[in-house]
Amino acid sequence: MNVSEEVKKALGLGNETKPVSSLIGGGSDINVGEIERAASVIGGTMMVAQGLRKFSFSGLFLMGMGADSIYRGVTGKSWLYQLLEISTAPKTTGRKGGVVASRSVKVVKSLTIDAKPEDVFSFWRNFENLPLFMTHLESVSVTSPNRSHWVAKAPVVQKVEWDAEIINEIPNRLIAWSSLSGDVANAGSVHFAPAPGGRGTEVKVELEYEPPIGKLGVVAAKLLRKDPETTVQEDLRRLKQLIEAGETSTIKGQSSGRKTDA
Amino acid sequence: MKAICWEAPTKVKVETVPDPTILNPRDAIVKVTSAALCGSDLHLYDGYVPTMMPGDIIGHEFMGEVVEVGREITNLKVGDKVVVPFTISCGKCYYCQTEQWSLCDNSNPHAAMMETMYGYAGAGIYGYSHLLGGYAGSQAQFTRVPFADVGPIKVPEEIPDDKLLFLSDSLCTGWHAALNCNIKPGDTVAVWGAGGIGLFCALSAYLQGAEQVIVIDRYPERLEMAAKHTNAKTLNYSEVNVTEALKELTGGRGPDACIDAVGMEAHGFGLPGVYDKVKQTLRLETDRIHAVREAIQACRKGGTVSIPGVYAGFADKFPIGALFGKGLTIKTGQTHVQRYLKPLLAMIVEGKLDPSFPITHHMKLDQAEEAYEMFKHKHDNCVRAVFNPNS
Repeated sequence: MNVSEEVKKALGLGNETKPVSSLIGGGSDINVGEIERAASVIGGTMMVAQGLRKFSFSGLFLMGMGADSIYRGVTGKSWLYQLLEISTAPKTTGRKGGVVASRSVKVVKSLTIDAKPEDVFSFWRNFENLPLFMTHLESVSVTSPNRSHWVAKAPVVQKVEWDAEIINEIPNRLIAWSSLSGDVANAGSVHFAPAPGGRGTEVKVELEYEPPIGKLGVVAAKLLRKDPETTVQEDLRRLKQLIEAGETSTIKGQSSGRKTDA
Repeated sequence: MKAICWEAPTKVKVETVPDPTILNPRDAIVKVTSAALCGSDLHLYDGYVPTMMPGDIIGHEFMGEVVEVGREITNLKVGDKVVVPFTISCGKCYYCQTEQWSLCDNSNPHAAMMETMYGYAGAGIYGYSHLLGGYAGSQAQFTRVPFADVGPIKVPEEIPDDKLLFLSDSLCTGWHAALNCNIKPGDTVAVWGAGGIGLFCALSAYLQGAEQVIVIDRYPERLEMAAKHTNAKTLNYSEVNVTEALKELTGGRGPDACIDAVGMEAHGFGLPGVYDKVKQTLRLETDRIHAVREAIQACRKGGTVSIPGVYAGFADKFPIGALFGKGLTIKTGQTHVQRYLKPLLAMIVEGKLDPSFPITHHMKLDQAEEAYEMFKHKHDNCVRAVFNPNS
């Protein structure tokens, strides 16, 4: 542990100034499981020892890796896992609005639309409009004043479905929902706030959901720009285009000298 | 239809491709009667603009005849003769509403790509890489025109294409770059580059009241054209030290405004020129900035550097010290073409302005390869070549 701290400091890794005791075993952001933690300490120590033997760049690299490995074993926190938003630690948190926090992905995105909050709100509140700009949705059907049934396109399984309920609504300001049952547990809210200087409406989406493909799948999706962040951003952009310009800009189907594209 | 497609750096090809169709309610289809080969097309041709794909139809400066309109288009009808702005703008967003058309929020289908590179995305542009929307360009027999209700301007049948074509880009760009100089009585404006844009910058600066306009290039025929058509004095940078010469021509004060109408492939002499060429070739920098460097150095204290020349990525040895030390103002960006269409068209109709003088060659689409090579190397004294795809 001391070795870890010393080496980490020397290498400029980590920036914690907290006493070590506060790092051990506690905190809500533990994302490494028990067995993996033990293995990390052993493996990390070996790497540091190996690294100390050679005084070269690769030696330094090994020491760095080893130090982080020990750190992660001791504290149960991995910066790499944090970076990738994955966790191998057992889930201790409970249900939160229909979503298990430890399994879920959270996305927050804002965009300003040049229209009045009441216009943007009412366009969104008519859920059957949503597939117009959320292109991964096949349909949303309203089943009762507060409930709706959602069908979305999905990789591999083709189609996922769920029921959702409005859990909070402030006319022209806020819609919050949570899933009740189905393939994708999700919860979220969308805020509509007037932008300063009469510049339209600031639309802010907060979405939390449990990806059917798992968190690692989300990391992979990022590479294809099909991750939730990009999806929400592009959904908002299409909403803005629909409301402002009356259509979404596209080049799909235009001419080109390529044989195989649309 | 036939269209000029970008295939690889320094390789363009005339291909037979499907005719464009209406894809959105605010689209129109224009049969292209004239499509210019712009200096900025050479940045694509030479492979310095990222996100080009083989098969992309290029070209962005054009005019023609409306042959089809989408269901939302009521201002145009089939048969109208129109000039089409090279920037695509929705007309409804904050930027369009404040006449910053080239910064339109809604016209770039690949906005996310540009946001990754620049933070925020500007308007889509015809035939100018996927970063700028990936729209099919105008060096083709037909072009799809999105937001046709706010872009194209109807022009009189009786005025020939050559006098109208440059409303689409170069003339408005020159006008915009000169306006960015905020010209006051007694001002000297120096313009780097005597291609189409530079010539129109010089002409615009003169028309906007500059006392003295000085054009800098190394091709004698282009400098002659500047002297003859834009009332400018000329400097050949292969013969004189430009900053010294500009000092002499301004009583030691320096030009009040400097316009870089060259852009990312500037040719520099001496060590800095070699440095940029090597780094650009190795793709360590995308943009050679010799012209803008010299413009910043030459500009008087408190003056303005206006940049209509196109830049795309990163550059080295940018003289931020001189910029700061002299309290300069830099004005940049793609032109808000729609702002200038009506007043400039009026000047053409009234005979106060004839912007056809840079045109040295008329070509057929089939001559694409020849045209690009000729234009790139300025063979046959080529200043501006125009394709007439349907004749």
